Amino acid sequence: MSAHADLIAAFHAGLGGGALPPGVTARDPSEAERRFAVYRNNVAHSLGRALAARYPVIERLVGAEYFTALAAVYLGAHPPRSPVLIDFGAEFPDFLAAFPPLGALPYLRDVARIEAARGRAYHAADRAPVAPARLAQAGAAPGAARLALHPSVQIEHARYAARSIWAANQPGAPEIPAIDPARPEISLILRDAGDRVLVLPLGPGDAAMLAALMRGGTVLQAATEGAAAHDPEHDPGALIALLARAGAITEITTEIITETEDSR
Amino acid sequence: MTMIDKSLTLSAALAAGLTLAAAATAQAEGAMEKCYGVAMAGQNDCAAGPGTTCAGTATMDYQGNAWKLVPAGTCTTIKTPHGMGSLEPMKM
Amino acid sequence: MIQTPMPAAARPTKALPAKALPAAAGLGFKPEHFEAIAASRPALGFFEVHAENYMGAGGPPHRMLEALRRDYALSLHGVGLSIGGPGRLDRDHLMRLRALIDRYQPESFSEHLAWSSHGEAYLNDLLPLPYTPETLRLVCDHIDEVQEVLGVRMLLENPSTYVIFEQSSIAETDFLAEIARATGCGLLLDVNNVFVSCTNHRADPRAYLADFPLARVGEIHLGGHAEEELPSGPLLIDAHGSPVADPVWALYAEVIGRTGALPTLIEWDNDVPEFPVLLAEAERAGRVLTAAREGADVRAC
Repeated sequence: MSAHADLIAAFHAGLGGGALPPGVTARDPSEAERRFAVYRNNVAHSLGRALAARYPVIERLVGAEYFTALAAVYLGAHPPRSPVLIDFGAEFPDFLAAFPPLGALPYLRDVARIEAARGRAYHAADRAPVAPARLAQAGAAPGAARLALHPSVQIEHARYAARSIWAANQPGAPEIPAIDPARPEISLILRDAGDRVLVLPLGPGDAAMLAALMRGGTVLQAATEGAAAHDPEHDPGALIALLARAGAITEITTEIITETEDSR
Repeated sequence: MTMIDKSLTLSAALAAGLTLAAAATAQAEGAMEKCYGVAMAGQNDCAAGPGTTCAGTATMDYQGNAWKLVPAGTCTTIKTPHGMGSLEPMKM
Repeated sequence: MIQTPMPAAARPTKALPAKALPAAAGLGFKPEHFEAIAASRPALGFFEVHAENYMGAGGPPHRMLEALRRDYALSLHGVGLSIGGPGRLDRDHLMRLRALIDRYQPESFSEHLAWSSHGEAYLNDLLPLPYTPETLRLVCDHIDEVQEVLGVRMLLENPSTYVIFEQSSIAETDFLAEIARATGCGLLLDVNNVFVSCTNHRADPRAYLADFPLARVGEIHLGGHAEEELPSGPLLIDAHGSPVADPVWALYAEVIGRTGALPTLIEWDNDVPEFPVLLAEAERAGRVLTAAREGADVRAC
């Protein structure tokens, strides 16, 4: 290795709590350690803040001090692999679930998954909604119509009441209502035509139908799967209307695709 | 119901939904006026944070049960079957 | 337009586009100010954004940047290329930068004399390097590669530093001058960084600026710093969380007195205030630039 490569490796090790790298000094050499700590702290602080920007509700739930410490542990295990920090923190939900001191708060993983999905929805690729006139085709030929949905559309199945907890921790939300965290919830996360990232409740029937639509099934196949979920509140028309109003239906194809053909 | 009946019922439901969709503006329900997360737009910058010589210097060694901190945010106000905060029975 | 690489020595820098930012005051764009900017369309020379914040596939960041681009000149300021690192440049990241440059056609692209990645890890800080013949060659090779892949002449920014290296054998100003000479790149003179580094290393910022190759400067940065006290004196931190300090304004006026008007950016990244506060800082820089154009004594501003 070159001298520079050796130095940078030592500097990196020092940032993680290792010794002062060789040659790092100051006009008053006795201050070298304290000055080096500026870099050590900037790295931990800036990445901790980047993680908090993606998971603000987790920070609110555990408190700022706890989050800072938690972020330091997370960074040790999952440092960012790319300078593009909008992708940073993808492993955080699973990390929370596997972190023993948080065993009494098992809903954190599900709440974090909603926050991660919101981040992905915010930065998802742009697709224009399909023209309203073409929406009628889906209703006229549900056995043939397949919908392309906006890249931001995601379904989150939570074992715990993640959406309720998430919503109760938004700015301006009334004081935390009585939430039974152990109640499962399903959420639809998407970025609507007005660029708002929404977190909407989804019943089991809606979720089954939407999942089938996302797999490329026809509207009829999807609605049939929705009906099979035995969800009395499920209304296939209402789900399609919701998606259409949000601008989440970006394409409708009505060509007949045989079973053997790849549905793309 | 036969397959054809089912298809007709669904067609009616879907048509109703689409009529609704066409009539309404892009007014999506559930939109929060203001959410945390707008900072998602900018996590990269070139400034040093306030994390300087005094903040955050403690190394956070997490080894097994050596973790001493306790969550102290809003999780403590969530009512659970076991009291506030925890989903596990309190260990006395 | 992928070009076959050619030897660094043979690369014609004249082939690179000669776009430039207007010699006026600009602001670092913060998304929370978008509405205020769209409503008031302030008379600013340009906006600058951190490239890495616009590397998502789509969504509001791109919507805002497209809108800004329609009305203003644009400076793309990278923070993640790790030009001072020992390894090869991250090719994927260079390609992301190229895609952004192709899409938004910025008037300027700039990066830092620093490193921020090591191995697989990205550290999200502008970390220092010693100035040696080895690092000089390395940085020059990296800048050659950047300019070749991006097809633009870049500006390299002088850093704020908190430590020095026993290994360093070249003064920072000489290091930057040689890089600019060898690669044809321009320089981004951050006057606050000059003040921060010189204060931290008990050096004279005016002597530093006297040695700085001002003819190469294509843009100036001004930002606020924080101050701590060490046994030997103050330690300044490049925090970008406060107004530009008076001694930095004074140095800036002296620089502009020597160079004439230059594109000047106000940076404010932490504890970001309401937009009018930033605008007032930009207007203060604008008065220095106007005075320079009119030949007045800029120190009076």
